[in-house]
Amino acid sequence: MFRGSEERRNPLLEEHRREEFEASLLPHLAAAYNLARWLVRNDHDAEDVVQESYLRACKFFNGFHGGDGRAWLLTIVRNTCYTWFQQNRPRELTQSLDDAAGNIESDAPSPEAELLKSADRTLVSTALEELPLEFREILVLREMEGMSYKEISDISGIPLGTVMSRLARARKRLQQSLTLKMTREA
Amino acid sequence: MSCERTEELIHAYVDGELDMVNSLDIERHLNECQICSKSYAALLALRSAVGSVYHAPPAQLHQRVASVVNRNLKPRSRSRTISWQWVAFACSFVLLNFLSWGVFHLLSRPSADDVLAHELVASHVRSLMADHLADVPSSDQHTVKPWFNGKLDFSPPVIDLDDQGFTLVGGRLDYVNDRPVAALVYQRRKHFVNLFIWPETNDSDHSGTTTTVQGYDVVYWRQSDMNCWAVSDLNMEELKEFTQLLKSRSSH
Repeated sequence: MFRGSEERRNPLLEEHRREEFEASLLPHLAAAYNLARWLVRNDHDAEDVVQESYLRACKFFNGFHGGDGRAWLLTIVRNTCYTWFQQNRPRELTQSLDDAAGNIESDAPSPEAELLKSADRTLVSTALEELPLEFREILVLREMEGMSYKEISDISGIPLGTVMSRLARARKRLQQSLTLKMTREA
Repeated sequence: MSCERTEELIHAYVDGELDMVNSLDIERHLNECQICSKSYAALLALRSAVGSVYHAPPAQLHQRVASVVNRNLKPRSRSRTISWQWVAFACSFVLLNFLSWGVFHLLSRPSADDVLAHELVASHVRSLMADHLADVPSSDQHTVKPWFNGKLDFSPPVIDLDDQGFTLVGGRLDYVNDRPVAALVYQRRKHFVNLFIWPETNDSDHSGTTTTVQGYDVVYWRQSDMNCWAVSDLNMEELKEFTQLLKSRSSH
């Protein structure tokens, strides 16, 4: 796709940028895959999204001026996932968080730490996969990647206040869903 | 702190995004209140549950990504054969990078200041997060300055800049650089400036240092034997204007 312009590139500059690219972005492949995998929810498509993301990263690397490579890369992964949704699952993008969150919040049992601790990984995976897209996204960025509210706000393009309230709702929703699943199993 | 308020702030607390005063209040409340400390434990349990389902990338993905990078960031001819000439070039490149990094490091000594700048930006963000901008909300410098008496072992200069479009919002106690410091809050339009002040402790002066951390601009200078750090999401020009105004007012 880019072969036509390769001839005109300056090899020295190219090598320099390449080293920078490899040092700042390749170490975050695991974070990129994990985010993509939780958003699109299957191995095959997640791999395609990650490959496409790195391609975009190469293309736009001149816009990267140092700093946190992980946050920069995850922004691209997130956007690539949303493009994938537009092309493959447009319905999920239009699902309203209020509708999705409204159904079990009323009289679910209050979450117990001991119960949550004993939840096995399959159960946690299922509960997380059932959450709406925006909730999965914010939980992955915060609980798995440990990103700050400011970083999440930059990656997701939402205000800081929304980060905090959405995170609270996402956690509540996941706790309730896990608790319900655990008690149903028992 | 009430249970209601704790429920509001517990997420910011669990995420380390809460200011010191509110964090201490929450800790005190968690010690006393069983219900809130249970929901705190449940949040921690949820975090470790979510952390346990991290998806590791399959082995072949590394190769796919490597080949994307190969195709797009390097002429193809170079990637096929590695000549000794090329290895020598790469080694000298690495060595040069290493040396220039060392020289740069020696000359600019950024590390301590960088760490501090990050700490200050984190403090700035926390102060906005929990609506805890000021312990003493007042636009009157003669109210704010005496408020610090007995709370700090120094008296910070409090300067009113309302006529220049920087309205004093109030003052706050904060903890930065391993010591209690004064934080003065100013507002211009919708933007807040946190001005952190504490007495200088050594004689290395790199006044005029500016940096940007996570999108926030940070300016450092020294005046009347005080370290002054301004942090804001204002643009750098306006933030510099702010520091110039403070410097000129304090010399009168």
